[in-house]
Amino acid sequence: MFRAAVRLSVSGVRSITRTQPGCQALLASRGYSHGKQETDEEFDARWVTYFNKSDIDAWELRKGMNTLIGYDLVPEPKIVEAALKACRRLNDLASAIRILEAVKDKAGPHKDIYPYLIQELKPTLEELGISTPEELGIDKV
Amino acid sequence: MLRLTAGRVGSLVARRATVALTTSSARMASHGHEVSEAVDMSKPMYWDRREIPLPDKRYKDILTPADKSLKEKEKGPWGQLSNEEKLALYRFSFCQTYPEMNQSSSEWKTVVAGVLYCIGLTGLVIIWQTAYVSPPAPRTFDAEWQAKQVKRMLDMRVSPIEGFAAQWDYEKGQWK
Repeated sequence: MFRAAVRLSVSGVRSITRTQPGCQALLASRGYSHGKQETDEEFDARWVTYFNKSDIDAWELRKGMNTLIGYDLVPEPKIVEAALKACRRLNDLASAIRILEAVKDKAGPHKDIYPYLIQELKPTLEELGISTPEELGIDKV
Repeated sequence: MLRLTAGRVGSLVARRATVALTTSSARMASHGHEVSEAVDMSKPMYWDRREIPLPDKRYKDILTPADKSLKEKEKGPWGQLSNEEKLALYRFSFCQTYPEMNQSSSEWKTVVAGVLYCIGLTGLVIIWQTAYVSPPAPRTFDAEWQAKQVKRMLDMRVSPIEGFAAQWDYEKGQWK
């Protein structure tokens, strides 16, 4: 279902959710690069490691999030979870809520991605006490 | 009709960077009080942009003591904050939410109205011009001259096969 929802772009194809957990990810199809392509799992792991840095500072959080949102994909729940935990270490609730808004915006017309993301993030949201934009009433104008 | 107030022009020009609530921006002291605050682009700026969820700086620079105490409370468990407090913390850091940022405006109606208005005005000017400014038409435009011209063309059989004279019935003396 989500595979069909991902659109091809020159920056490569990354599917965020796979209906079969064990299947190999679609490899990026850049025309110019002949080196080894990064798999989806490697991409996710790299970003989770980035946000899991225990002494991450505010600049690194901002830089990471802005870069991640610049990619043509919706981040996996585990990446968003790591980012939210980084917000907690930085005592920044506003950024945590902003991150949730941003990933919802990234999903664009695919309305089923964000509820899935929230469903996966529920334990983290409850543990950290982060309210979703819907709970705060800022999902509508 | 074109409601381009100074504020609208200002927002069209400086759409990219919302001037955050700050006292540190430079003021052009020599120009008096009519000039708007110049944005100091050498410092981190705040934007509301979809692709930059976390801008370089917080929106609200100046925090009242009440705000500061809320910021202290933010260091504790977030579950203890009420929804209003969470919203207040969000609004310290950000000016517009994503839905507010993304909302469409009715500006296009003003633009279309303005364009049609200008076209209409131009039409009126042209009508006035033809009445008062243009010289009289040449005599070759008179109905009588045109009739003589058509007769001459038919007499010389202009395009007799498929064109002009071919449409004229020479026996009956009328158009086919």
